Amino acid sequence: MELVTPGLGLIFWMTISFGILLFILGKFAWKPVMKMIKEREESIENSLRAADKAIEDIGKLKISNEELLREAKNEKDQILKEARKIKESIIEEAKTKAVDEANRILEQARENMNNEKMAVITELKNQIATLSIEIAEKIMREELSKDEKQKTFINKLVDEAKLN
Amino acid sequence: MRNKSEIFKLIPVFIFLIFFVLQRNLSFAQQKEEDTAKTEAAGEKQENKNEVFKPGPYILHHVLDAHIWHIAEIGEIEVAIYLPVILVSGKGVDIFNFNKFKPEEAKPESEEKGEKKHGEGTLKHNGYLYANGKITAEDGRKVYDFSITKNVLSLFISVILLCIIFISVSRAYVKRRGHAPKGFQSLIEPLILFVRDDVAKSAIGEKRYEKYMPFLLTTFFFIFINNLLGIVPFFPGGANVTGNIAVTMILALFTFTIMTFSTKKSYWIHIINTPGVPWWLKIPIPLMPVVETIGIFTKPFVLMVRLFANMTAGHIIALGFIGLIFIFGQINVAMGYSVSVVSIIFYVFMGLIELLVAFLQAYIFTLLSALYFGMAAPEEEHH
Repeated sequence: MELVTPGLGLIFWMTISFGILLFILGKFAWKPVMKMIKEREESIENSLRAADKAIEDIGKLKISNEELLREAKNEKDQILKEARKIKESIIEEAKTKAVDEANRILEQARENMNNEKMAVITELKNQIATLSIEIAEKIMREELSKDEKQKTFINKLVDEAKLN
Repeated sequence: MRNKSEIFKLIPVFIFLIFFVLQRNLSFAQQKEEDTAKTEAAGEKQENKNEVFKPGPYILHHVLDAHIWHIAEIGEIEVAIYLPVILVSGKGVDIFNFNKFKPEEAKPESEEKGEKKHGEGTLKHNGYLYANGKITAEDGRKVYDFSITKNVLSLFISVILLCIIFISVSRAYVKRRGHAPKGFQSLIEPLILFVRDDVAKSAIGEKRYEKYMPFLLTTFFFIFINNLLGIVPFFPGGANVTGNIAVTMILALFTFTIMTFSTKKSYWIHIINTPGVPWWLKIPIPLMPVVETIGIFTKPFVLMVRLFANMTAGHIIALGFIGLIFIFGQINVAMGYSVSVVSIIFYVFMGLIELLVAFLQAYIFTLLSALYFGMAAPEEEHH
């Protein structure tokens, strides 16, 4: 029976010592310990969050870098394409210009040749004419020594001249 | 509310201080280590050695509280601490060392008692009688025994130990602010976090648990340390503090007081008009209210009995195994030795189970306390 009968003395001392223990530990141990644990947990949480954010930022930076690179590449391609186009157009233009020039020069040359030819022909004609006239004069002088002959001859010449 | 609790905390401190002043005046705290060879008690003991070993009284003697802290017996010399006796009666306070108690002079009576076992003989000092672990006055007046018994001394040791451990741990926390725990601190931290996360937060709720943390942590470590000290079989340990009903009663009363002080309206409504129960259990005969009202008191009672019974049972079983050695040793010395091997194996096994139980009981007590606190003032979301 003594086992289950609480002793007065022990009740008394237990109340006092547990009360004091509660007070001392509550004030000097648990208060700072709980505060420090909480503080540390918060700081760990914040650090983790900051690390996550940093990783995210780096990811973003990477993405934007890639974007930039791609853009630059595109621009380069475009510029190159344009340059190629310009080059081609320049060449084309030059080609057409050259052909035109050549044609023009050829035309001119042909014209000149024609002119020259015409001039030569006229010259030749004139010379032939004068020559013919001289010849005619000489023949006439000879022929015209006789009247009749003179007459038929003139008629004949005239006819021939007309035919020419 | 806050001031009230501060005052509550101060009352025991005052009582304690007053007592210490009294004790100093009366030259208390002389814990003598004396061999009993001189005293007559030893003679009685030697006689007892020839007696038959009785496991029942032997076990009870070790489980119960005592005025002597028996440490060892080297040959004929007994090493024990005689603890101070503090008696309060109508005549005032009487403080003296337990070794002042001497066997009664009357010859025929003492011879009669000689047949009895040690500890059952009546001892006498200054008008007080000591028999069967109880102190009474010769003239029949009421005597209140406030002695520093084995359990009280063990209690003091554990309180001092707890203060040293946790104040040093808290210092480590302040010193290593924001850093990972180190050394002893890292041994204690998981336990603190365990009590906080698995006991307080889950049982009381995220919002209000902080208020109860000091009590829960103190209770947990108090029970845990005392349970562990109870397993240690030699001097600083060995006392059955958490297996003493007075100790568990006070622990349960602390829980009960805190619980009652933190009750809210909903708690009492729950008792008077339990929701979710058919009306006929409440109206003609208030069956449920009666059951719930009894429930208020069974909660601390159950706390008290569970811890007490578990710890005491563990001690009794462990002592039983040791007792077996003596029982068989009395039949035959060789048999005693052979049984001792088995007994010690079982004792070690029990010790390991006791280690688990030491933690488990501390956890259960704390968890149930936390649950009761949670019940006393449930969080709004639940209603």
